[in-house]
Amino acid sequence: MDYVVILLLQIGSAVASLVLMSIGLAVIFGMMRVINLAHGEFLMLGGYAAITAFNLGVNLWVAMVVVAPLVVGLFGALVERLVIRHLYGRLIDTMLATWGLSLAMIGFVTVVFGNTVSGISAPLGSVSIGAYRTGVYEIFLILVAAILLIAGWLVLRFTRIGLIARGTMQNASMAAALGTNPSAVYAVTFAIGSALSGLAGGLLAPLTGVVPTIGAAYIAKAFITVISGGAAILSGTAIASALLGTINTLATFAFTSVLGEVALLVAAVVLLRLLPQGITGRFFRRAL
Amino acid sequence: MKKARVLPVLGNLAVLAAGLAVLFGLPAFAETYLIINSTIFAAFAILALSLALIWGYAGILCFGQAAFFGLGGYVYAVTAINMGDTTVPAVLAVLLPALFAGMLGYFMFWGRISDVYLGVITLTVSLIFFRFINQTAGEQWNIGDAPLGGFNGIPATPILNWPGRPGDQLAPENIFSLAVGLLIIVYFCCKILLATRFGRIIVAIRENETRAELLGYDVRLYKLAIFMIGGAMAGLSGLLFANSVFVSPTMFSLPVSGQIIIWIIIGGLGTLIGPVIGCILMQILTNYLGTLSQVKGFGWVDPNLVLGVLLVIFVLLVPKGLTALVADGWRWLASLATRPRAAAEPAARERTSNP
Amino acid sequence: MTATALLETKGLTMRFGGVVAVDHVDFTLQEVELRCVIGPNGAGKSTFFKCLTGQLRPTGGEVLFRGAPVGRIGTHAIARLGVGIKTQVPNVFDGLTARDNVWTAATKVAPGRIAERRTDEAMERVGIAGIADRIVGQLAHGQRQLVELAMVIAPEPDLILLDEPAAGMTDEEVDRLVDLIAELNQRHALVVVEHDMQFIRRIAKTVTVFHQGAVLIEGNVADILTNDQVRDVYLGKQAA
Repeated sequence: MDYVVILLLQIGSAVASLVLMSIGLAVIFGMMRVINLAHGEFLMLGGYAAITAFNLGVNLWVAMVVVAPLVVGLFGALVERLVIRHLYGRLIDTMLATWGLSLAMIGFVTVVFGNTVSGISAPLGSVSIGAYRTGVYEIFLILVAAILLIAGWLVLRFTRIGLIARGTMQNASMAAALGTNPSAVYAVTFAIGSALSGLAGGLLAPLTGVVPTIGAAYIAKAFITVISGGAAILSGTAIASALLGTINTLATFAFTSVLGEVALLVAAVVLLRLLPQGITGRFFRRAL
Repeated sequence: MKKARVLPVLGNLAVLAAGLAVLFGLPAFAETYLIINSTIFAAFAILALSLALIWGYAGILCFGQAAFFGLGGYVYAVTAINMGDTTVPAVLAVLLPALFAGMLGYFMFWGRISDVYLGVITLTVSLIFFRFINQTAGEQWNIGDAPLGGFNGIPATPILNWPGRPGDQLAPENIFSLAVGLLIIVYFCCKILLATRFGRIIVAIRENETRAELLGYDVRLYKLAIFMIGGAMAGLSGLLFANSVFVSPTMFSLPVSGQIIIWIIIGGLGTLIGPVIGCILMQILTNYLGTLSQVKGFGWVDPNLVLGVLLVIFVLLVPKGLTALVADGWRWLASLATRPRAAAEPAARERTSNP
Repeated sequence: MTATALLETKGLTMRFGGVVAVDHVDFTLQEVELRCVIGPNGAGKSTFFKCLTGQLRPTGGEVLFRGAPVGRIGTHAIARLGVGIKTQVPNVFDGLTARDNVWTAATKVAPGRIAERRTDEAMERVGIAGIADRIVGQLAHGQRQLVELAMVIAPEPDLILLDEPAAGMTDEEVDRLVDLIAELNQRHALVVVEHDMQFIRRIAKTVTVFHQGAVLIEGNVADILTNDQVRDVYLGKQAA
């Protein structure tokens, strides 16, 4: 029985990780059809921001939940104004420019922080479930992921900002004709997506540690989850994360963690072959 | 009409001359270190050509060309260790990646996968290889006599021997000649291919797949064929890499796939010579930056930082790459030489010359 | 004994979710026949057209080419049977020259020299020999339509399907198009979907009128264009 609980918690944890890793990319891709290949580095930056702030004496929670998103959000706003804005509509060029950005960020962080792994231990300690122990922090992250998804849904569905965002997403020129400024919407969206990535990076830092090259691990999974999810930001990310996270965990339990990763990747390939537009390209089409 | 024909012919001759100059000239005065480096450059240039062909001319943006590159290297190493004579392994190193490209291509093109989704699938496939091979340390993963070696790679890859004479291995100078010779041959084979009916249809498919279908072409077959050719070329590149560096899982990694794309963007998408030049320039630059960052005071010169900034600048300011820049500059110079009021020139100028 | 029709649809239906765009349409076209298909916006003409070309898979009914069902075989297979298709939005190879565009069409059905000859002939007939070396993406809309037309006729298809061929053309280009269609009809069958009534008047013999996804009426052009029902449908009044 406790084995089942632990398994479920592991699955929840894997799904939550995927949600956190992907939500920023999903917002930007879902809203603006921009594929930000520097996304992994945005997460990495969030991690470094959190750890640096913590090492400078800032409270850990403030560092992860306030400092990290703020720093990366501002950085994202800058990137949008300087680079992304000139490349709207040019999907491939955006991917290439953001790839260049990712390399530049890795290089910059390597120069400033060096190549070694920095880390902080996960707060909140651990708890016993039957014969097993599990970290409370992982459970906390499951809650955070759920809250983010629900909050996102509430904002998009019930607030004026959410309505403007959805309108611009569906038909930018129409939204412009009605008085919103698509350029401003995009700038804010990119900043918010970046901030979400920063938050995720900060929150994940205690679990993974940070090193300049950690972005590569994030970007692949995030990219795969977002594309598999399809056009709907929230439900797509949620469903894809749930599916892929579950397969990952089950395979890890059955074999090794590396084969768990391989299983996730294979599942994604099969999924995309069957549903070339992603999950929400076929099902739940009009979902948020 | 004649004027438009002369330029491409001159271009081809220039490329051939340059290639032959390097092939015969370099070994004469260069030390072994430069010879080996040049061999690696040539191997990567063939890899660049493989993606230049399938992306620039067929419109297939494959994010995982590293998969075929790595497959070529690993297939060669494993079969060479098991067989002794490297002749068959060399052939397999080209054929097996092509076959795998065939399977993957069938999977994707018959599912009408394209654009971003194709990019993700190919990326994922190369990652699967990377993750999987990375954890194959340990004896249970041996294939015959060959250890897969996990993240350390395969320890002692046999060097190519003269066909039919196992034990009589090629010297570094010979490998160099082979690599550069193959580069020249592959380059001109691509040119010839693009001039055939098949090649012209491939380009048409890239221009408008719907129209090609409306004319009766089964575009899936054409894309599959060119994708397999690209896979074979990448496998060949992996074979040469295995003989000049060594075989390890990094051959499958994301940075490799990324670098190929960068070479092509800098050199010029839609040309063949551009990516070759882009590849060689970037290789030289990366090496230079690597050594420079060791020098005191230049610790801030991180290769990733410089390459990244370069890529962003290129995408924003020079999106068509160096070859287009050079071609435009050439045209501008030519227009200064001729009377600017010659309005009857458009026909000749419309033909974009793609060397 | 009636000959097998060149093109026939039986109960052809196309649904998109709850919308029935094409509603149980029966349609027959004989060899070397010229048919015009007209109807107001949203009548289902273009959807019907796409069912004929294989760009859409019908949700019900059949499409038969010389008696053989072609509803599920895909666009390229239909084209190979001898069907030339010009789509509503021009589908041409923008980055290639006009000659290369037409050549790509000709070379599918004919080898080397013959393909070159057919290319030149098609360009002459359509009147684009003068712009043969221009890059198609840089041409005016009407000229691009002509290039597409040349691509359609170069392989000498038995059936030619044209969706709004006169759109964006100058008067001179339309004149040439009218002559071309008359000439083509001497040896090929044509289905022309059009909006432009003036153009229809000049080329049509038999006309099929679509309305709300179904065939409202079918007959010769003189009767159709003076028919009250047809006029009402175009002006928006409910058909009885």
